[in-house]
Amino acid sequence: MFLFIVKRLVQIVPVILGVTLVVFLIMQMVPGDPAAILAGEGASQETIEQYREDLGLNRPVLQQYVSYVGNVFQGDLGNSLKNKQPVLDEIMLRLPITMELAFYSILITIVLGLGAGIISAVKPYSIRDVSVMVIALLGISLPSFWLGLLLMYVFSVKLHWLPVAGWDGPLNIILPAVTLGLGGAAIVARMTRSSMLDVIGQDYIRTARAKGLKEHFVIYKHALRNALIPVITVVGLQFGSLLGGTVLIESVFAINGLGRMIVDAIRTRDLPMVQGGVLVASLVFVFVNLLVDVLYRAVNKRIDLN
Amino acid sequence: MEPEVVLQVKNLKTYFTTSKGTAKAVDGVDFTLHKGETLGIVGESGCGKSMTSLSLLRLIPSPPGKIVDGEILLNNKDIVTMKEDELRKVRGNQISMIFQEPMTSLNPIIPVGEQIAETVRLHQRLSRKAAWQKAVDLLELVGLPSPEKRAKQEPFQLSGGMRQRVMIAMALACTPEVLIADEPTTALDVTIQAQILELMKDLQKQIGMSIIFITHDLGVVSEVCDQVAVMYAGQVVEHRSARDLFNSPLHPYTQGLLASLPKIHENQEELQTIEGAVPSPYDYPAGCRFADRCQHARAICRAEAPVLEAVGGTESKVRCFMYTEKWETAAEEEEVLCP
Repeated sequence: MFLFIVKRLVQIVPVILGVTLVVFLIMQMVPGDPAAILAGEGASQETIEQYREDLGLNRPVLQQYVSYVGNVFQGDLGNSLKNKQPVLDEIMLRLPITMELAFYSILITIVLGLGAGIISAVKPYSIRDVSVMVIALLGISLPSFWLGLLLMYVFSVKLHWLPVAGWDGPLNIILPAVTLGLGGAAIVARMTRSSMLDVIGQDYIRTARAKGLKEHFVIYKHALRNALIPVITVVGLQFGSLLGGTVLIESVFAINGLGRMIVDAIRTRDLPMVQGGVLVASLVFVFVNLLVDVLYRAVNKRIDLN
Repeated sequence: MEPEVVLQVKNLKTYFTTSKGTAKAVDGVDFTLHKGETLGIVGESGCGKSMTSLSLLRLIPSPPGKIVDGEILLNNKDIVTMKEDELRKVRGNQISMIFQEPMTSLNPIIPVGEQIAETVRLHQRLSRKAAWQKAVDLLELVGLPSPEKRAKQEPFQLSGGMRQRVMIAMALACTPEVLIADEPTTALDVTIQAQILELMKDLQKQIGMSIIFITHDLGVVSEVCDQVAVMYAGQVVEHRSARDLFNSPLHPYTQGLLASLPKIHENQEELQTIEGAVPSPYDYPAGCRFADRCQHARAICRAEAPVLEAVGGTESKVRCFMYTEKWETAAEEEEVLCP
């Protein structure tokens, strides 16, 4: 187990190289000149060149990349092109907000998804099952930004129950977390249902019943733990798309998180900021995946991690 | 004196309703099990043996399956009409079960000791520690080497034979009155098979339980069973002592089954078979269900359904017109019809 974790941590190095390279290349291809944007509209060619010189943007692309990666490994993500502040400081300010949002969202995904999945699987093809699955289908089909606006309209604008936007109290968390978590919950519910149905049909569930166990013991002790194995994978994957989702949702709900920071940075071609944001998001994803694998092994000892 | 009756099954019918219609998997099964006796239920795949055994503990997957008629009397209490919580006290306690597939019948992620201890805690109100100790003792009883260590292992760390021993230990945990063994040795290789059979016979003597042994292997039946019920197309067609059955099979189907066994002292080019196929459980013929495959069949066999009756004042029961008075009358009628 220990060896496995060390191995996975070492694998982070190529991930960093890959992520930075891809973002670097994409940002090079995107139209728009950061120097020109920074210099402002109507700036003279000389001013723009001056900016370019100051920012080191006139060096060859490869040289820029190599020096950037070298700095990253020393813990320096560079300075923002816009306000010259270290990128790392800005990220450290915003990462906790996004992580909090992600935490509550994934909580909603897990609790709601598992609950709905179990309810469905225990009585398959019943009215209860069909209605839960129809709702889940809706949850998967609705785009989160639209759902966010809809929830905002109903609960904030019409009912005045919850704040419209911002991030200054526990009530603020509810709408964005629900918006982000619902889609995942729908996927987890469907996965849980099919996995539970599969497990409930297994011979060892019949054995458990033949022992005289109560039905809820059969479901929670014998079926659920086995059914969770594929669900854990799905939850891990959901976390990835959830991080992507924060980019949209933070913009919709005006939350100053990492996602919104990246969007703003892309708009102003603030390359180090985009790089840093994407890099940190990727690292979070890598760690979550590692956590999923460790959990996986904890639930199912048959899996040999090495 | 006649040994006391532990379990009596009367006219048991378990049907499955699917989009194709109603499959009469178990269609009027009767048998009696005495204390300390081993009853073999034999028959080919799909004749309803497993469904009969699952019905005894109401473990039929429902829907689509349902016990539609009949009685299952355990010490004169009917399991069919029992309430859920009463039934749970029977399961694993008074009647327990060993299944065909030791590979898939144990929960793959729970240590085997816990799977046994769970049953003990459930029915005997022992503490966690005492139940665990009992599980280890049971594993030792069924001859699992280093039971302390094995109890902590999960099924994937055990071989097929070991897992079946675990299943047996689990089934015996509460010293049941009836043990239902549904093809317990089919998935095992022959040497392990012999060990498991030996073990079951030993334990039966120690505990004094009755066993229902479901199998399609007549060799196993002759080794372990006192009584045999032969099933065909959802019904018992012959029910008698194992010795009588092997010496002088009555029902043409049983005769066919025994004739199809390879004979060790004869040089056989081909094995004997019973011509034809089992009728579909969705659509049984009106008369005798074996008539289409029977060499002796007469008009009456296709017109009327025979019942399971005692033959000439003996204990042996058979479902065939050949052993009734109707048979001779039927022969005379036939001669009149087609001289």
